[in-house]
Amino acid sequence: MKVTLRVNGQTVEAEGVWPGASLLTMLRDDLELPGSKNACEQGECGSCSVLMDGELVCACLVQAGQAEGRDIRTVEGLSGEGDGDVGDVQQAFLDAGGVQCGFCTPGFIMAVDHLLSHEPAPSDETTREALSGNLCRCTGYEKILDAVRLAAERRADGSAVATTGGAQR
Amino acid sequence: MDFLQPTSLSEALAMKAERPDATPIQGGTDLMVDINFDRARPSATIDLNRVPELMDIEHVGSDVWVGAGVPYLRIMRELQSDAPGLCMAARTVGSPQIRARGTLGGNLGTASPAGDTLPLLVAIGATAEVASSERGRREIPVRNFIIRPRHSALESDELIVRVRVPKARGPQQFGKVGQRNAMVISIASFGLAFDLDQRAVGTGIGSAGPVILDAPEANAHVAEVFSTEGLWDSAAPLPDGVAKRFGELVGQAASPIDDVRGTARYRRHALSVLAARSLKWAWNEHRETTKGTRA
Repeated sequence: MKVTLRVNGQTVEAEGVWPGASLLTMLRDDLELPGSKNACEQGECGSCSVLMDGELVCACLVQAGQAEGRDIRTVEGLSGEGDGDVGDVQQAFLDAGGVQCGFCTPGFIMAVDHLLSHEPAPSDETTREALSGNLCRCTGYEKILDAVRLAAERRADGSAVATTGGAQR
Repeated sequence: MDFLQPTSLSEALAMKAERPDATPIQGGTDLMVDINFDRARPSATIDLNRVPELMDIEHVGSDVWVGAGVPYLRIMRELQSDAPGLCMAARTVGSPQIRARGTLGGNLGTASPAGDTLPLLVAIGATAEVASSERGRREIPVRNFIIRPRHSALESDELIVRVRVPKARGPQQFGKVGQRNAMVISIASFGLAFDLDQRAVGTGIGSAGPVILDAPEANAHVAEVFSTEGLWDSAAPLPDGVAKRFGELVGQAASPIDDVRGTARYRRHALSVLAARSLKWAWNEHRETTKGTRA
């Protein structure tokens, strides 16, 4: 089947999609956007988190056709134009040491960006709740919490890295 | 696999009548897992996300009708005062990502005795309205909706349209026991609702039987003690031993098994504790509220 949707602000078409495929598979295999990671395929780990019409969802649990006409934002949409450019949340993860193996990171980046767009100065409790659908097996989460605080501080004082999609709002 | 995408309820019902083998999908939080893991290969899915009739929240008299396709996130945002217990239960579902997609229709349709919202829906006497193109609409009490695990009272040509949620007529509580705070299938869960108008108590027990159970003897015990002691009018503190006895009766009403998530003995004990605590919390909340209005 053919699915037409908006991804990171651009209208795109995926052809020959198996109707049982997930949005995640379509993004990775058909639309060549491998940033969203495929780990548990059952909504437990959050590595495939994307925004669909502004809500944070697990792309592995959205049937491809359900995304027809929807507005999707993936981690690729939070990076800058150039190779190696990163968004402000990504930069905060790098600076705080919130990345180790990196596999869970795209999902966390999406969840944190979503959180900060609604709660510019979240309490640790709010952050923990907001990230409760994202698993990290390396960092022990402390550095991730540091990264969230850092990103929030930088956005508040205007020092967020400005070359990126993540800082454009 | 065919992908069907109706844009109205009548179209959806016609599709379901023509393709009784097709599986409806809302948030996909259960069905997509089965498809991803090759456990399910439906001949067709019917995506109900574009059926506007399923997305309504409608207030009619003493009820709120919640569309089968309303995600938990919206329930939590919009029904805090009319259905506080349902909001508590919705908040324990999965994770933020799951709550953005999962729906009451899906919770019912999956027909799992571990469905997080079902004990509370049973406690408040909610009903599911279902429809077929041929026979029109009918209501099924949530208490009778699950027949056995993963099998519901839904006929093959029917779809779940909405859930009739009676507006809260007293304090409500929901609790569940799992291995951590997020992303757990409950080991045992419990919903409680006071009906101060009818001077009655409602209960619902999850993950401790093949279906969602209630605890009529426990309900009757509390109502009787409250009447004898005049608590319905006085809002006095709970008499000694009521919560404990309530917990025991709830534990006895359960019909749990040993499985990978917990033993039957643990589940019964957990339910007794959950029920006793819920009763205390709900009654204390009511006493606080009453104090507030008198002051």
